[in-house]
Amino acid sequence: MADRQAAVVGVTTIPPLLDAEETVEATRVERGAVRRGAARPILRVLAQRALQAVSVTLLVSTACFLIVQNLPGDLAYRIAAGRYGYDRVTAASADAVRADLGLDAPVWQQLAGWWADLVRLDFGTSLVTGAPVLHELYVPVTSSLHLAGTALALALAVGVPVGVVAARRPNGLLDRVTTVWVAGSRALPPFLLGLLLILVFSVHFGWLPAVGHGTASNVVLPAVTLAVGLSGLFARVTRDTVAQIRTSDFVAFAESKGLGERAVLLRHVLRNAGVTLAAYVGVQALVLIEGVVVVESLFAWPGLGHALVHAIFWRDVPVVQAAAVALALLVVAVNTVVDVAGLGLDPRPRRRSVPS
Amino acid sequence: MSAAVMSVRARLRGLSLAQRAALGLLMLLAVFAVAGPWVWPDPVAQDLSRFLEPPSLSEPLGRDHLGRSVAGRLASATRLSLLIAVACVTTAIVAGMLAGILAAWRGGLVDTVLHGLSEAFVALPALLIVLMVSAMSGGELWTLYAGIALAQWIEYFRVVRARSALLLSGPAVEAATLLRLGPMHVLRRHLWPDLRPLLTTMATFGIGTAVLAVSTLGFVGVGVAPPTPELGQMITEAFPFYHEAPWMSVAPALVLVVVLVGLLGLRTKESAS
Repeated sequence: MADRQAAVVGVTTIPPLLDAEETVEATRVERGAVRRGAARPILRVLAQRALQAVSVTLLVSTACFLIVQNLPGDLAYRIAAGRYGYDRVTAASADAVRADLGLDAPVWQQLAGWWADLVRLDFGTSLVTGAPVLHELYVPVTSSLHLAGTALALALAVGVPVGVVAARRPNGLLDRVTTVWVAGSRALPPFLLGLLLILVFSVHFGWLPAVGHGTASNVVLPAVTLAVGLSGLFARVTRDTVAQIRTSDFVAFAESKGLGERAVLLRHVLRNAGVTLAAYVGVQALVLIEGVVVVESLFAWPGLGHALVHAIFWRDVPVVQAAAVALALLVVAVNTVVDVAGLGLDPRPRRRSVPS
Repeated sequence: MSAAVMSVRARLRGLSLAQRAALGLLMLLAVFAVAGPWVWPDPVAQDLSRFLEPPSLSEPLGRDHLGRSVAGRLASATRLSLLIAVACVTTAIVAGMLAGILAAWRGGLVDTVLHGLSEAFVALPALLIVLMVSAMSGGELWTLYAGIALAQWIEYFRVVRARSALLLSGPAVEAATLLRLGPMHVLRRHLWPDLRPLLTTMATFGIGTAVLAVSTLGFVGVGVAPPTPELGQMITEAFPFYHEAPWMSVAPALVLVVVLVGLLGLRTKESAS
């Protein structure tokens, strides 16, 4: 799964690189448009992401509608059982439900109604617990954010320094270790890595709890499982970017005017690398969210992925829809934050008058 | 016939050592998957009196908690994973390539619609797409196949569209059009030779991704329905017995890693040639 974006660095090849180039290309086009004097760049970015959020939500919601249409059995009977009790399900009660909810209307009308519910933020009630879905989703959303945030922070905290140090000596020890690290994490699926970590740190040493939620130590294993692959990728990207920026003219100029190594690194190299890295974090958001779904199921972490998998298992379509929409929006949200951060780091698109 | 053998030889000579090793590893696995059903005809047959039997000569990977042959289940699971993966990737490549060329060729409304669709899809995690499609009727193979193919066609579409748009506007295609050579000629002689290496590289990624998707779904419990053996599901089943019967969980995990390492090895930088 992860490969769609995971591939950008390392051992490989053309197509994933295309992805990265496309992203860069896209930002360039955006900036070009901005310089010609359209709206302020930040508004433009927000509008674009908002459009993406809407289209993604529609896509997921329509998929859920198709799921409901395809469920085995007659929906009217099922709802009648819920309304009147299992012993009172008759053809008459099913007909009443059908007329009441418009289940005999043409499919496209039902789909329109389904979308209208979505617009009113009416996600319905869970078929399993009977509670309103929006209410049920509070804990999963916060838990997933907690896990994804911790993993991302961990991956950046390890990956970026490693990449900066590795860039000092291309083909040095650390550089080669990073290459092996990236390849290794590609060959070891996250759920296997998670199982290994459980075996070593929970079962063998008994240092950390394997499953659960609540105390601070619970987040360690799932977050580390997610961060191992990501941090390797971040290290690669940081290393490549920093090495490239080192060769640019403005770094040579900064050095020749007598700035110390530290100042050059912090003020010139890292800030420029940050722009690339921020864009890359956005690309990896998909991988992160996919990982969250798997890792949450493994560690019984009560997040969105856990909720989604359980809802699919129980055919609880309202919860499936809400959890899937939330996960998709999470990806869009991460990308929005990344876009805004990129604009903050890179002043060029903000200064319209300055030609670049 | 001999010409075919020769060309295979020539191809092999162009591969690096790592690539040959990877190819050998994958072939070995394929032989295991194909020959398995002859050696162990029934992967779901239970023999409860022999539960958790350790590996022996007649039963090289021992038996699981229901007394089923682990080797037999493993062979059958490997075959399932590889077959689904190849089917999904083939479908995704054909669909993505046709749609990509169509979008680049026709432009206009066709391009806008297809590109817009791919933009919406690309923002969704692929695993989410597979999960949603498999939710339509859980445990059935076709939903798994459809879900993975649906998640994968987008990348082929995007790459082929970008690449073909470039080629179609280039001088070679312009010359061919001036010579009144038809679209089939352009497709065969100009687009395909350029796209082929790109697509083969992407396909090795795609197969790995698909194998991983199948086993991930099996692992979280919404993939192929038991008792049909599947790698991820075997790992989940075996994990509680890790101390009594480590062979049960190590074997499927190892197969999964070998598939991924093999595909990774195939992509290592080429070699002498």
